[in-house]
Amino acid sequence: MDSNLFKYVWRNSRPEQLIILGLVVLAQVFYFASLNIPKTIVNDGIEGKAFKSAQTVPFLRIDLPIPSFISDVGSIRLSDGLSLAQWPYLVGMSCLFLVMVTINGLFKKTINTQKGRMGERMLRRLRYQLYDRILLFPPAHFRKVKQAELAGMINNEIEPLGGFIGDAYVQPAFLGGQAITALLFIMLQNIWLGLIVIAVLAVQAFIIPKLRRKIVALGKQRQITARQFSGRVAETVDGVQEVHIHAASNYERADIVGRLGRIFHIRFELFQRKFTAKFLNNLLAQTTPFLIYLIGGYFVLFGDMQVGAVVGVLLAYKDLPGPVKELIDWDQQRQDMQQRYEQVIEQFEPDGMLAAELQAIPNAAAPALSGAVQLNGVALAEEGGAPMLDAVTLSFPIGRKVAVVGGAGGGKEALAQVVARVAHPTAGGVAIGGKDLAELPEAAVGARLSYVGQDVYLLPVTIRENLLYGLKFRPRGPAAYEGAALRQRETEEREARRAGNPVLDVAADWVDYEAAGASGPHDIDQRVIEALRVVELEADVYRYGLRGTIAPAERPAVAESILKARAELHSRLADPAFAGLVEPFDRDRYNRNMSVAENVLFGTPMGRTFEPDNITANPYMRKVLNELDLATPLAEMGVEIARTMVELFADLPAGHPFFEQFSFITAEELPEYRALLTRLSGRTVADLSSEERARLRALPFRYIEARHRLGLIDEAMEQRLLAARQAFAAGLPTELASDIEFYDVARYNGAATLQDNILFGRLVYGQAQGADRVGDLIGEVLDGLGVRNAVVQVGLDYNVGVAGKRLSAGQRQKVGIARALLKRPDLLVLNEPTAVLDAATQQRLLDKILAARGALGVLWTLSRTAQAERFDEVIVMQGGRMTARGAPSELSGDKTYTDLLAAG
Amino acid sequence: MSIHEEVELLKGVPLFAKLEPNKLKLLAFTSERLTFAPGQELCHQGDIGDAMYVVLGGAADITIDTPSGPLKVAELKKNGFVGEIAILCDVPRTATVTVRETLTALKITKELFFRMVTEFPTMAVEIMRELAHRLDDTNRQLSAMRARAA
Repeated sequence: MDSNLFKYVWRNSRPEQLIILGLVVLAQVFYFASLNIPKTIVNDGIEGKAFKSAQTVPFLRIDLPIPSFISDVGSIRLSDGLSLAQWPYLVGMSCLFLVMVTINGLFKKTINTQKGRMGERMLRRLRYQLYDRILLFPPAHFRKVKQAELAGMINNEIEPLGGFIGDAYVQPAFLGGQAITALLFIMLQNIWLGLIVIAVLAVQAFIIPKLRRKIVALGKQRQITARQFSGRVAETVDGVQEVHIHAASNYERADIVGRLGRIFHIRFELFQRKFTAKFLNNLLAQTTPFLIYLIGGYFVLFGDMQVGAVVGVLLAYKDLPGPVKELIDWDQQRQDMQQRYEQVIEQFEPDGMLAAELQAIPNAAAPALSGAVQLNGVALAEEGGAPMLDAVTLSFPIGRKVAVVGGAGGGKEALAQVVARVAHPTAGGVAIGGKDLAELPEAAVGARLSYVGQDVYLLPVTIRENLLYGLKFRPRGPAAYEGAALRQRETEEREARRAGNPVLDVAADWVDYEAAGASGPHDIDQRVIEALRVVELEADVYRYGLRGTIAPAERPAVAESILKARAELHSRLADPAFAGLVEPFDRDRYNRNMSVAENVLFGTPMGRTFEPDNITANPYMRKVLNELDLATPLAEMGVEIARTMVELFADLPAGHPFFEQFSFITAEELPEYRALLTRLSGRTVADLSSEERARLRALPFRYIEARHRLGLIDEAMEQRLLAARQAFAAGLPTELASDIEFYDVARYNGAATLQDNILFGRLVYGQAQGADRVGDLIGEVLDGLGVRNAVVQVGLDYNVGVAGKRLSAGQRQKVGIARALLKRPDLLVLNEPTAVLDAATQQRLLDKILAARGALGVLWTLSRTAQAERFDEVIVMQGGRMTARGAPSELSGDKTYTDLLAAG
Repeated sequence: MSIHEEVELLKGVPLFAKLEPNKLKLLAFTSERLTFAPGQELCHQGDIGDAMYVVLGGAADITIDTPSGPLKVAELKKNGFVGEIAILCDVPRTATVTVRETLTALKITKELFFRMVTEFPTMAVEIMRELAHRLDDTNRQLSAMRARAA
C-alpha cells in the first residue's frame, strides 16, 4: 500500500477527481454569471434607471462579468437577447434570478454528492484492504496484536479520511486558483504592494507549518493513546472474570484513570497549540492591510500612485484571506490525515505477510492429497524463545493412523501444528505427496487437511452454521435474486467493483455439499447428524431440539411429526406403568397440576400481556372473572393462602430460601398480610377496601392444587374456573388474539417448545423420577416414529452464543471435531482436542473417530499415552526431536515411551 | 391428599413425634411427597445422596451389593426412614432401596434435614435412637456370623 495518502487517493480515484474538478470549474461560470443579476433587478427592473433613456431594454443579453481583480474590461457579451418594457423586464429578470439560484444550488449539490460518494468509495476500499491484510497476516503476528485495536483502526481511526478524500485535490486546486488570480491582480496594480503581500504570505507559509509540526506529533500521540485505551477496555471485558477473582477492579480503575489523564493532557495541549496557531495566523493576516495602508499611502502622498489603485488593492486583498485561510486549514487537515493514514498503514504491514495468491478463489474442488507427509529438518521457534521443534525429519503415508506422544514441551503440539500448517516452520519444510505445504493454496489445505486444537473457536451462530463453516471454501451456487432484488444486487456489485472490493456474495450458497458426502441442502443434515453421533453430541443437540420452538408454517413436516408423537405419547401413557405421570391438557377438565391462572388462560402466552407477572392486573382477565362472580371466591382463597403463609413462615428469618422457593408472600409483605388478616377477623372480604381485595385476589393465581395441596379448589370451584376458561376464550377481543396460543390437541403450538408440544400436558407432582421417565418415553416414541432426527435438526438451530459460550467447553470441542470430520479431509490433525473430557469419554471418542475415519489419515497428539495402542504408528517426541517411532508393539523397548505409558 | 391430611399422617411418624403442628405443616408444605411404583429405586448404592426419605406408606427392600450378588439386609415399612447416612456423613449411598409395594415417601432435602435437627432436638434424638438400633442389629448379626464361622 502507498505510504502517502495523496498517492493512494490519486491512484485509486483519478477519473472521479478530474470529473469533480471539471464540475467545479463549470460551476464557477454560472456563479459569476449570476453575480450581476440582483444589482440589475434593483437598478433597472425596480428603480428603472435603464428605462430613463429608452422604452425597452434588452433582456437575456448575457454579459459575462470579469471579476474586478482580473481585468478592468468589465464584461464580455455572449448574447443580445430580447427587448422588453420595465414590468416584463422585471418579471423576466426575477425569474432568471430564480433559475440561476437553482442552477447554482444544483451544482453545489452535485459536487458535494460526487465528493461524498468518492470519499465513501475510497473509505470502503481502504477498509476492505486493511481487513484483507488481516487475513494475510502471518499466524504468529496475532500473538502481538490486540483485536480491539485492529477493529478500532479499521472502523474509527480512518473514518475521517472519507470526508477529507473528497476535498483532497479539489479544494487546493480551487482555492489556489482563486488566490493566485487575486495576487496577480494586486501585482498588476502595484508591484511593491504585490511583493509585500507575497512576503507576508511567505512568512505565514513558513511559520505556520512550524507551529503545526508539534500539533501533528501530538495528533499522532492522541491517536495511539486512544487506540491503546480501547484495547485496554476490551481487555477488561475479556478478562473480567480474572478481575473479579483477584479483586483487581480498583487496580484496573487506577490503570484507566492514568490513561485518561494522559489522553487529557495530550488533547489539552493540542487545543492550546491549535488556538495559538490560529491567533498568530489571524495576526499575520491583519498585518497585510496595515502594510498596504502605510506603504500604499506613502506612494500616494509621495509617489505617483492613485488613491483608486490602493482601494483596488485593498479590495482584492479582501478576496485573498478567505482562500488562503482555507488553504491553510486544508493543509492542517492534510497533515492530520496523512499522519492518521500512515499510523494505521504501518500497523498493517507486519513481516512475513502471506502471499495473496494462496487465498485465491479456486475454480474447482481441491484435488485429494496423496502420497507421504514428509517433514524435512523442520524447526519451529518462538521469537527469542526456546525451539519447540528442532530439525525434525520424518515421513509417513497420509492415510495412516499416527499417534504423537511425549511429555509437556516435547514438541508434540508443535509437530501437529506444523503438519496442519497452523504454524509455519522457521526452518525446513513440510511436503505432502511431494508438494511443498507452504505453497499449497489455502482452499486446498482447508478442504483436504483439517486441524482441531485444544481450544475450538465457535462463531455466535447456530450449531448447524458452525458445523457447515468448515465447508465454505468458495461460492458454489449464486443466490437467487428476482425483480427489484436482482437490480439491487447488480447495483451492489457495480459499486463493489468501483471500490475495489471483490464481487463475492455472502448470501450465495457456499456450502461444499460434495465434500461432506451429501448432494445438496436436503441431505446435508444427515451427514451433520452422523458427525454429531461420532463425537457423542447428538443427544445434547436432541435435547436442544426438544427445548426449541419452530414456526409450524415454515416446517409443516416437523409440526406434523410432533403432533403424531403427541398422539402416540398419550396412548402410551395409558399403560399402567406410566399411569398418573402426566395430566394432559383437556379443554373440559380442570388441570390440577397447573396454576389457577394457567387453567383459565389454557394457552401459551405470546409476548408480555398474559405473562404470569401481568395476568392478575390484566383488564380483560379481571372482566371475565368479575362477570362470573369469581372475584369474591378468589379473594376468599387469597385469605386462606395468606393465613397459611403467615402461619407457616412467621418464625422464619427474612431472606430464608424458603420464601423464595415456596411462599406466595415475600418476607417484607408478611407483616402487612398479618395486619390485613387481623382487620378481617369477624368480618368478610366485602368489608375490605378494594385495594386489599385486589391484593388477596392476586394470590391464588399462582396456586397449583397438586403442588401446594391446601385443598382450596374443590369440584365446584373447578367447574367455575372451567366456565371462566370457556368465557375467556369465547370473548377474547381480537386485539388480544395474538397474545395467546390456546391449547388445542389437533394443532401444533408455535409458542411452546417441541417437548411441551409432545407432552401436551403437565407432569404430575409427586411422581418419583417423573420427568426422567416421561423424557425416556418421549425418546422412545420419537424413535419409534422415526422423527428423532427431525428434533435433532431443530436442535441444530440452537445458537451457541458469543465464542460458543452457551455450550460447555467439552461441547465446543465436540463441535470442533464434528466440523473437521464433516468435510472428510485426507488428513485429520487432532491436537489433544478431547483433553477437557473425562478419561472414559476420551477413550470412547477416540475409538469412534478412528472408526469413522476409515481409510483416511489421522495424526493425533495424545495427552494419555495409553491410548496410543489404537494407532498404526506412534511418534515419540522429546525436547523438540523425534526420539522413537514405530508400531505400539515395537516400542515396548523404548524407555521414553514406557515411562510415558507408566505416567498414564 | 391435602396438606391437612398429610400433617395428620406425619403426626403418626415417630421421627416427628413431639413436633409442633405448625412445624409439621411447614415440613409438609416445603417437602416433596413422592410416589414410587414397585421396582423403582429410592436410592442406589454408590450414588451421591442429597435427600432422606420418610416412608408414609408402602414397602421396600434394602439391599447391599456383595461379591455374590445383592444381599437383602432389611425392609423399609411405613414410618421408617432411609437415606440419612449419606447426607449426615457425605458418603455415597450405602445401600440400594427398591420398592416392593407402591410407596409414598416424604423427601427431605439435606438442607431442610439439618435445619430440622438443629431446631428440633427431639428429632435428632429419634434419629440417634434409630441409628443405635441399627448398630445393635449389625453387631448382633456380626457376632452370629462369627459364631457360625468359628
